[in-house]
Amino acid sequence: MSKRETKALRGPTPRHKEGDEVVYIDNDSAPRLIFSGEDILCEDLPVGTRVVYGKPPIEGLNNPGAAIRYALNHPLDADPLYAQLAPGMRVTIAIDDISLPLPPMRTPDIRQTILEILLEQLDANGVDDIHLVIANCLHRFMTEAEMKRMVGKKIFDAFYPDRYYNHDAEDPDGMVHLGKTALGETVNINRRAVESDLVIYVNITLVPMDGGHKSVAVGLCDYETVKVHHDPDTIAACDSMMDPPRSMLSTKIARQGAIVDQHMKVFHIETALNNRMFGSATDFLGRNEDEFSEFDRLKYEAMRFGLSKLPTAAKRKIFQNIPAEYELIACYAGKTDPVHDRIIAKLNDQYMVSLKGQSDIVIFPIPYVSPYNINSILNPILVQVMAMGYFHSFYRGKPVVRKGGAVILCHPCYDEFDHKFHPSYIEFFNRLLPETRDAHKLQHKYQDEFAHNPSYIEMYRRGNAYHGAHPFFMWHWGQGGRNHVGKVIVAGAQNAHVPARMGWDRAESLTEAISQARSFVGPSASITLMKWPPILMADVE
Amino acid sequence: MAAAAFYDLDGTLCRTNLVHAFAYNARNQQGILRSITRTLSTVVSVPAFMAADFFDRRLFNDIFFRRYKGESEDRLRYLAEELFENVIKPAIYPGAYQLIEKSRQLGLRQVLVTGAIDFTAIPLARHLGIDDMVTNHLEFVDGKATGRLLPPVMAAATKASWMRIYAEKEGLNLSECYSYSDSMSDLPMLSVVGHPTAVNPDFRLKNTALQHDWPILDLR
Repeated sequence: MSKRETKALRGPTPRHKEGDEVVYIDNDSAPRLIFSGEDILCEDLPVGTRVVYGKPPIEGLNNPGAAIRYALNHPLDADPLYAQLAPGMRVTIAIDDISLPLPPMRTPDIRQTILEILLEQLDANGVDDIHLVIANCLHRFMTEAEMKRMVGKKIFDAFYPDRYYNHDAEDPDGMVHLGKTALGETVNINRRAVESDLVIYVNITLVPMDGGHKSVAVGLCDYETVKVHHDPDTIAACDSMMDPPRSMLSTKIARQGAIVDQHMKVFHIETALNNRMFGSATDFLGRNEDEFSEFDRLKYEAMRFGLSKLPTAAKRKIFQNIPAEYELIACYAGKTDPVHDRIIAKLNDQYMVSLKGQSDIVIFPIPYVSPYNINSILNPILVQVMAMGYFHSFYRGKPVVRKGGAVILCHPCYDEFDHKFHPSYIEFFNRLLPETRDAHKLQHKYQDEFAHNPSYIEMYRRGNAYHGAHPFFMWHWGQGGRNHVGKVIVAGAQNAHVPARMGWDRAESLTEAISQARSFVGPSASITLMKWPPILMADVE
Repeated sequence: MAAAAFYDLDGTLCRTNLVHAFAYNARNQQGILRSITRTLSTVVSVPAFMAADFFDRRLFNDIFFRRYKGESEDRLRYLAEELFENVIKPAIYPGAYQLIEKSRQLGLRQVLVTGAIDFTAIPLARHLGIDDMVTNHLEFVDGKATGRLLPPVMAAATKASWMRIYAEKEGLNLSECYSYSDSMSDLPMLSVVGHPTAVNPDFRLKNTALQHDWPILDLR
């Protein structure tokens, strides 16, 4: 008996855990791997730090094709797709753009799989007036190569460029005014979609903010329509953006969606993917470091050594070229609302991690990628939207950080912009932010000027630039986070002026950032590290 | 305060340049022999023009406009409409129309600031709905071109000076004005306004635009 007790004491120290996803740092805990742009830091965290991991990926469906066909033939609150088709009818298939999923998934992209089945059904029912429209709203137009990768060579060759193209929100003849909501909110939608007998939307809902009415009412709209809800007050009124029942953003979009439904026949196909962001070579990045095998450590050391020898641009290129291993876990079709509700429930199963209480200090690792910099640079405005917009909003109930608490960002905050994709961001950062960081002032004084700047409009329409108003939306997106958080500290920022311009403090290292945060919120402050990626959401009690 | 959009012409709004206009005139001389001689002479001179333009726009102007010496004013003006319909109009970039239209919708005055000669630029300005323009003018004596330009010669810094004076006279705020050009020689014209844009830029202007964080637009 006494021997058994002695053995137990000599064994591995039991970890303080709350389920498999929430781990507390102990005296002998392993250091944690933390994304910081294109680098991966290996950091010892203070004892007692709560580390939150994403749930393991839900197993993908064995036969995605069968699941998609079932969804088309057994839609929610709608007739089966084949029953809605007739020879000679005009059909527009709208598809999510390259911002989803994140990072882009390995081929075949789920959109290709769905489109192949859809086009087969349409062809079998004599429908040949079909256009494929990328619902990019004010995002940049996708390049030819990106469009080809998304739908596969066969569909690309058959439809591009006349019947497979990007939505152009600035085409003077390409938009139709559908009306206004009861609260006077404008709804302008893509003409081809409005004038179609049927619009089929092929959607990937990566986070709960996506999908639903946002697909058509935002994806195919213009500046006047989108500015209704992409504003600081709407974002500040969300608690959170990722919790649709408590999101003012979702409420406003649903109002616009009701106008869409009055004028258009929409058949919604919505999908949920699991969170298998990493393949077998890099899957250790999403796991608990205490449970690493020797092989995992070896892989990390090899990756760290390799990355240390490369310039940032090369590292960026490598990371951007690693596709995610996402798998389909749910597909529903039919009327927008019931379809979206089912998908949100599935996403919550995958992402939601229960947390007991908020923290005084929260650490956000900012990786190399966001929805707005695929094949490009995560510029300072996008670092801001990832931290104060997305990561702050990944909660249900309460934010992970307490009101007035401190947030630590891990990112180099380099002063780099992509001239081709983000030209208006450059002017926003260099001309406007030195004057003010007040989102309301920026909105009222400058937003229309940028939105109507002829150069930015033509760069959006003829090149691959985000719309002139887009950096404003990104700034507004962070309004909820800015209102809530007392201090933001960037750990490892490679310069002083970018954090200063964003209104943040700078620290040389994560350890120094934690010291600074403690001096702000108190020496006994509780700390939480949210281990993104992969995506996870906190359900905070 | 009012504002304007200033456009360079050749290479910015259309793909023709001064040499195209001259070549058209050379090709349409009175008498086939004269046409052939003038055309061949123009073709042979193209490398020299390019070298001069690369080195200095004023040097290019000095060399290039000498070739107009002896041309009849009547004939040049007569050929201008034909030149526009046959050469310039088809060469206007499709994006130019939309750029000007969006710019006009903003309430900006549309101003052409070009080194082209007045009689080639006027029909185009009319076609694009340009409100105001400044061009170069050939000097004529007794109805014949002398091969010189009347001062001020619109090129490089002169364009920027003209824009400053124009803005002051018309009550425009240059900080709110837009400027569009394709060429490094127009750097002063781009630098003088609050919203410069490099359009279809050459290599040197593209690099400069990147350094200055100016938008780079392709209208082609």
